[in-house]
Amino acid sequence: MSREQRSLQWTPLLFSVGLGFLLFSLLVAGPFGVPPMQVGEMIQQQGAEALGTANLVTAVVLGYRGLDTLGELAILFASATAVGLILVGQQREASKATVFLGEIFDHAASILLPLLLLVGFYIILHGHLTPGGGFQGGVILAVALFLPALARSGGYRTPIAEAGIRWIEGGAGALFIGIGLIALVGGGAFLMPLLGVGTVGTLVSAGTLPLLYLAVGLKVGAELAALLLHLTGEEQ
Amino acid sequence: MSSEMALILVGLLVVVMLAAALMALLANSHLVAVAATSVLSLGLTLLFVVLKAPDVAMTEGVVGAGLGSLILALALSRLDLLRERKNEGEQ
Repeated sequence: MSREQRSLQWTPLLFSVGLGFLLFSLLVAGPFGVPPMQVGEMIQQQGAEALGTANLVTAVVLGYRGLDTLGELAILFASATAVGLILVGQQREASKATVFLGEIFDHAASILLPLLLLVGFYIILHGHLTPGGGFQGGVILAVALFLPALARSGGYRTPIAEAGIRWIEGGAGALFIGIGLIALVGGGAFLMPLLGVGTVGTLVSAGTLPLLYLAVGLKVGAELAALLLHLTGEEQ
Repeated sequence: MSSEMALILVGLLVVVMLAAALMALLANSHLVAVAATSVLSLGLTLLFVVLKAPDVAMTEGVVGAGLGSLILALALSRLDLLRERKNEGEQ
């Protein structure tokens, strides 16, 4: 048995022991349902009114923890770039001939694209009102562009070229950081919500948070679209 | 929803998810395995809805069932494993 094989055998055992330790420490950490920190309770009481979001998760993700969201975007950018670096060197060898899979597949793919785009933008723009937001909507946008690639294997072209996707990605990232910097210039903290609160529960409310979520959604969508573009091997 | 009903629903979902996970491991066809992981993610999505975490449910549904399956299926088609299976089925 080679050394690599032996280390492969030990990996699952180590993983199981670590998982067991994690679950054990969770069990002995304290009584169930009593959080060790009180900050969550405070946010639940004040968040909706302080930031004007009907969806409290958005208040945390963009209001109280906006910098963490920026970090998440950076991680996503780094990983998507890394995958792109690996995939871009390997050009697809298989033939690019269009395979016609049937009328139902072909037409369903065309019908799904605008519907999925609509759902994606709806979820992004209502992120401060209903569950969902920039990340979920952005993923839907990216998937909407590439679902037809499955239905028409080979010969599929996205409605947006790679350069366009790159511009959207860069612009959305700049928008997110720009809104944060505007708050900084105004004498507040980085990424502090601006423009007031508005009426809780209406579409135009919660100040800059919907704008931030729009930036997040477009960035996530463009990021994943670029990744999927490399994966489908459509780049020339 | 009463708590007993929720408990039964959770149990049912866990059984479905376990079955889907086993199917993903044991299936002969790659495509069936991808579909089984998608079913697993859908079960998890419903579980999150029952446990009243709609935001997490939406993320799980979109990323796990949607994007994950799409990436796996695209990877299969890039490796020409989709077509191979189809030809075998035709023979």
